[in-house]
Amino acid sequence: MIAGYAVPDFVSDFWHYYIAAFTILGILFSLWILKSQTTQKLAPGQQAELMHPTWDGDLQELNNPLPRWWMWLFYLLVAFGIVYLVLYPGVGKFGGVWNWSSADAYKQERERIDAEFNRVLAPFLGQDVMTVAANPEANKMGKNLFMTYCSQCHGADAKGAKGFPDLTDGLWLFGGDPDSIHASIAQGRVAEMPGGLAGDEQGAREVANYVLALGGKPHDAGLAAVGKEKYAACAGCHGEDGTGMPAAGFPNIVDDAWQYGGTEAAIIESIVKGRKGGMPAQLEALGEAKVHLLTAYVWGLGGGLRPAPAPVEEAPMVESAGEAMEEGAAQ
Amino acid sequence: MEATYNYKVVRQFAIMTVVWGIVGMLVGVILSAQLIWPTLTEALGPLAPYLSYGRIRPLHTNAVIFAFGGSALFATSLYVVQRTCQTRLLSDGLAAFVFWGWQLVIVLAAVTLPLGITTSKEYAELEWPIDILIAVVWVAYAVLFFGTIIKRKTQHIYVANWFFGAYIVTIALLHIVNSMEFPVTLTKSYSMYAGVHDAMVQWWYGHNAVGFFLTTAFLGMMYYFVPKQAGRPIFSYRLSIVHFWSLNFIYMWAGPHHLLYTALPDWAQSLGMVFSLMLIAPSWGGMMNGIMTLSGAWHKLRTDPILKFLITALSFYGMSTFEGPMMSVKTVNALSHYTEWTIGHVHSGALGWVAMISIGSLYYLIPRLFGREEMYSVKLINTHFWMSTIGVVLYIAALWIAGVAQGLMWRATNADGTLTYSFAQSVNAMYPFYTIRLIGGTLFFAGMLLMAYNVWKTVAAGKAVNDARIPEAVAA
Repeated sequence: MIAGYAVPDFVSDFWHYYIAAFTILGILFSLWILKSQTTQKLAPGQQAELMHPTWDGDLQELNNPLPRWWMWLFYLLVAFGIVYLVLYPGVGKFGGVWNWSSADAYKQERERIDAEFNRVLAPFLGQDVMTVAANPEANKMGKNLFMTYCSQCHGADAKGAKGFPDLTDGLWLFGGDPDSIHASIAQGRVAEMPGGLAGDEQGAREVANYVLALGGKPHDAGLAAVGKEKYAACAGCHGEDGTGMPAAGFPNIVDDAWQYGGTEAAIIESIVKGRKGGMPAQLEALGEAKVHLLTAYVWGLGGGLRPAPAPVEEAPMVESAGEAMEEGAAQ
Repeated sequence: MEATYNYKVVRQFAIMTVVWGIVGMLVGVILSAQLIWPTLTEALGPLAPYLSYGRIRPLHTNAVIFAFGGSALFATSLYVVQRTCQTRLLSDGLAAFVFWGWQLVIVLAAVTLPLGITTSKEYAELEWPIDILIAVVWVAYAVLFFGTIIKRKTQHIYVANWFFGAYIVTIALLHIVNSMEFPVTLTKSYSMYAGVHDAMVQWWYGHNAVGFFLTTAFLGMMYYFVPKQAGRPIFSYRLSIVHFWSLNFIYMWAGPHHLLYTALPDWAQSLGMVFSLMLIAPSWGGMMNGIMTLSGAWHKLRTDPILKFLITALSFYGMSTFEGPMMSVKTVNALSHYTEWTIGHVHSGALGWVAMISIGSLYYLIPRLFGREEMYSVKLINTHFWMSTIGVVLYIAALWIAGVAQGLMWRATNADGTLTYSFAQSVNAMYPFYTIRLIGGTLFFAGMLLMAYNVWKTVAAGKAVNDARIPEAVAA
């Protein structure tokens, strides 16, 4: 595809010849018209010829020779054009003797730049995330990366916004140990809660008050009492006590880390309409070295957790999250 | 009946040039203020949506190019073609149709664009019913112009008419091809072309709107009013032949330089760049032929503000036709594209060249249309000249710096490959330059108000000339 890049631009050879012919004719015509009007310079003291016709009383034309510098400028520019079109693609499907293509040029530049950046980034790859987080140099780069790639959603201060989690509060949806954070950045995350599990708006209000009660927050005791029964539909994912299932990405709903708001109205909206959140995977776009630095930076923002002493789960997090979600939806 | 010229249509277009110039530039001033104070027009309540930046930006471009520039071209081309063919226009009825048809197009544009009715193609935003009206008016204009050429009393066709003729033919071609669209409702259509083809057709049109509407046609204006005002013959007939034909041949290819570093195939990008560079010579040929016409009459520049307008316009023309080819070199474009530099470049052409050559020509034309020796106040023309010149210089210098700063900030990276500046930081850096641009633009706009006053006083003191006698053609 890259070799002979210009070829697929033409649906048939006819268009190649058509466009090439007009290109070449355009240049030849310019040269011919220039040549045809080239004359001797005026001799010293010689006056330019005054042309015969007169229009509108006094409009007349002299016939001075072409200014020399202008004429040579024109030849020079045409010569440049011809050389360029010999070297680079431009005449129909002829790819130029240098076989240059923008796709190739991009690829080479990308490789060169990546190699340059990787020289700076690579030394940290071999280090443990917590060690990297303690390195001021790495931290500075992590911050640059965060500002470029993450701050649009999570904010320049990493405190998030509605729908985008706070990364500094130590409360994690998908785990706050180095491996979990790395997985969140590298592979991305999907979190979805189906809407309408508590019936109509009134049902949602009852469940919402029960959720507030679970968290020990001000609530309507009467509504909460009715809501307790309906909460059974929620307990499968969020747990009987509302602490969720961090390993599967099911949020704790009794802490204060509300991603979509913790007021009664916001909780009702979540229950009625459901929620769908997601973080795009970054590994392919950024590469391991940058993801590693970002992991360390996010871990070091204040909320990072130390890794558990022994492996917690048998299956990788992303898969188990997906399976658990299907179970939840099936309910 | 003694043969006379049709001055009525020229007069109508000449006056509307001043009116639409003021309207279009006022919208420009509002836009540049909105860039500094984005909430400027929000206080207007229910009117606010119609004056939002996205709605009135195309209103500004359409008003200054097609209403102001267009009216100036109609006025001068219809004047020049009669005077240099030494015959009356082909048809008075057709002339009236062209005037009222074009005004209708402008009014429809002024209504539909703020309502958000748009094809979204730059400089071709008007929807399909208006496109059809434009095509009809344009064909009538072509018949009127070429019909007058055919019945000319002079043997040769004067050089200004070559340029007007090229512009009329190519604009018809460009407008019709680029406006091919499928109507869905009365106010919505979709382009006949898709994807990169649509982009290429659009910029083939877009660049040649600059090339033939804003360049070739105004060169036609130059070829009449510069020698007339200077009282000197054109410098070189030969030069006009070379630069006329090469300009037409080479301009047609330059469009792809608007699409460098996009999905446009490499060969098309190369062609756009190569032909844009070659374009320097034909463009400068026109500038040379205009400026050198002044040989032997340079002293007039000291005292004649109309000549100052015309010659300064040619200088800006030479400058922007050097700048443009430079910006179409791929490596320069990598820095300049999408920055304020482009806006600065456009205005060095639009204000410095197009507006100033039109203003100079109108100051020549208006007294003659109203039976006066000269404008009401020559001193005010001089003031207008300095306001315009300083306005343009402030405007383009500010946006050069702004554009280069913007381009450098966008591409600056840290050692780890991250961006040194966020986009918002680059916006923040623009404020001082936006302010200078607003001052420059306001100055230019205020100059137009001064012109309106001067024109008003001239018209009030004069009387519409409807009996300009056609002299016998001098046999070659």
